Amino acid sequence: MKFNKIAAMLLAIVMVMGLASAALAEDTLKIGVIGPFTGAAAIYGNACKFGAQVAAEQINAQGGVQVELINEDDEHDPEKSLNAYNNVLDHGAQMIAGTTTTTPCIAVGAQANEDRVFMLTPSASSPDVTANKDNVFQVCFTDPAQGSASAVYIKEHSLATKIAIIYNNADAYSTGIYQTFTEEAATQGLEIVSTSTFTDETTDFSVQVSAAKDAGADLVFLPIYYTPASMILQTAKTMDYAPVFFGVDGMDGILTMEGFDPALAEGVFMLTPFSADAEDEATKAFVARYQEITGEIPNQFAADCYDAVNALYAASLAAGITGETSPEDACEMLIEQFKTLQVDGLTGSMTWDETGAVTKTPTAVIIQDGAYVGFNG
Amino acid sequence: MVSFLRFLINGISLGSVYAIIALGYTMVYGIAKMLNFAHGDVIMVGAYIAFCAMSYMNLPPLVAVLLAMVVCTALGVVIEGLAYRPLRQAAKLAVLITAIGVSYFLQNMALLIWSSNPKVFPSVFNVGQIRLFDGNLVISSETILTIVANIVIMIALTLFTGRTKMGKAMRAVSEDKGAAELMGINVNRTISLTFAIGSALAAIAGVLLCSSYPTLQPTTGSMPGIKAFTAAVFGGIGSIPGAMLGGLLLGVIEILGKAYISTELGDALVFAVLIIVLLFKPAGLLGKPMNEKV
Repeated sequence: MKFNKIAAMLLAIVMVMGLASAALAEDTLKIGVIGPFTGAAAIYGNACKFGAQVAAEQINAQGGVQVELINEDDEHDPEKSLNAYNNVLDHGAQMIAGTTTTTPCIAVGAQANEDRVFMLTPSASSPDVTANKDNVFQVCFTDPAQGSASAVYIKEHSLATKIAIIYNNADAYSTGIYQTFTEEAATQGLEIVSTSTFTDETTDFSVQVSAAKDAGADLVFLPIYYTPASMILQTAKTMDYAPVFFGVDGMDGILTMEGFDPALAEGVFMLTPFSADAEDEATKAFVARYQEITGEIPNQFAADCYDAVNALYAASLAAGITGETSPEDACEMLIEQFKTLQVDGLTGSMTWDETGAVTKTPTAVIIQDGAYVGFNG
Repeated sequence: MVSFLRFLINGISLGSVYAIIALGYTMVYGIAKMLNFAHGDVIMVGAYIAFCAMSYMNLPPLVAVLLAMVVCTALGVVIEGLAYRPLRQAAKLAVLITAIGVSYFLQNMALLIWSSNPKVFPSVFNVGQIRLFDGNLVISSETILTIVANIVIMIALTLFTGRTKMGKAMRAVSEDKGAAELMGINVNRTISLTFAIGSALAAIAGVLLCSSYPTLQPTTGSMPGIKAFTAAVFGGIGSIPGAMLGGLLLGVIEILGKAYISTELGDALVFAVLIIVLLFKPAGLLGKPMNEKV
């Protein structure tokens, strides 16, 4: 009996080593994934990490060139993000799928531009992320594109005539979307009846919501993250004010907040390139595997990151990058490749211009019974 | 007019929360002559305890609040005993820096235990709301509760410090520590008691704060803590009615400033008013002017 156990263990060890050496024999691309896995923005970072994991699993299951992901937490902090960036490079990363959030991405992008390391951010959406950096590309829409796309969407689907905006004027992301939204709203003939602001420290939103209510707005545009958005929804409820709320990608994650009452978000619109209830095979496979890993329905950050890893993989193969290519060489090859690359991802069919911004079609979802549902109005 | 009333009520509600927090600052300052910067974080701990009691242990709200008060009282006494008491004779700056250290310690402990994912505080006291002017003016139960709690605490504290033996001991220590000791008052125990009361109030403040503004994070206590500290200074630090008045005024100024001047300038306005008041009344609105002893 005892002998059997030892023999079984030895056999197991031999088998594991066999697997390991088989994997080593394949060529492996190393991709660094950086995002806030803990901290206030952890929902985005974790979605991204697991989205990337699903992509890597699928790629590796196909055989051929393998992908290894090197994950580092940045807590949505620029300095920690730079440390994370240095760490993934130390661990041999050849390119970066990240960083997830905007402010750290601007900091890391500047360093990566100097070091000549290629970055494809899944979700950092400010134009500052790519500005003057030929090596930084985006999977998500830029903030300006989100703002104008929202205005176009609201007009096209006749969601409202009188619009109020509440945005965070201490945040580049929020301010960026606000600006292009107001510009596009003017060209679309949408009337903005109230604009109010808050900062990261704001706890009381009664004034902002009152202003929207008193101005008779039938739609409140919220180009902000989900934490303040949840407070605004709560405040609106206590004031008996029920307009249409329209959010952008920062709203994503509101349903996974612990203790959040999904009834508050009933009917909230959200501009997003990805909806988990889409019927195509790729989305279904992605959603199924993602749910197996996390027990949650993937949001667009997960999908963005999945697309980022796939885009990097496709571009690397096309450019002839191997596991031996240095980050600097890979960077120049990828920059060249992204000019012509076309990727059909979960978030749409994507091409890139030379500024690093992506082109794809905007769509929106509506929250019903605590889930995202595609909106066809 | 209706909207003015609405802003005023919101201001009083916000101000009441500031006032309860400010009471903690002002009591500790009045008696131990130190600024307990960790007070805002004790509030956060109180809110988390109440949140866990309600969400994970399914305790009724009142029990949860009591539990939070017990835990915070213990926490307050432990912090005082471990971090502040050994420094009783040390320079004031050392105690101040220690208090900031305790504040960061509590925040980071909360990060470790509860992680920084924001939690939504359950609406505890849903006893209905008052609607006036065809629903244009809705006063939520949280607002009413906060204001009522504020008045009750204020009266209870005034009676406590004015009428009871322990309260008198506190006032004696606040007047002159050395003389109080000579009269047979146990100064250390009195200071511990002050921390206990201040921390129990912090627990209540935490629950009220999070009932009105239901997002709970490890940093939840810091900004309200700073505002409440401002309120305490505004009203005259060391004075109980001063903390009340300062808190209420601060809340009302903040909301009205945001409503009628600019949402961007709300906070700037609050602190500008503080500066102006201190220029003319350096001891705060109700503070006793202190003569420098030679």
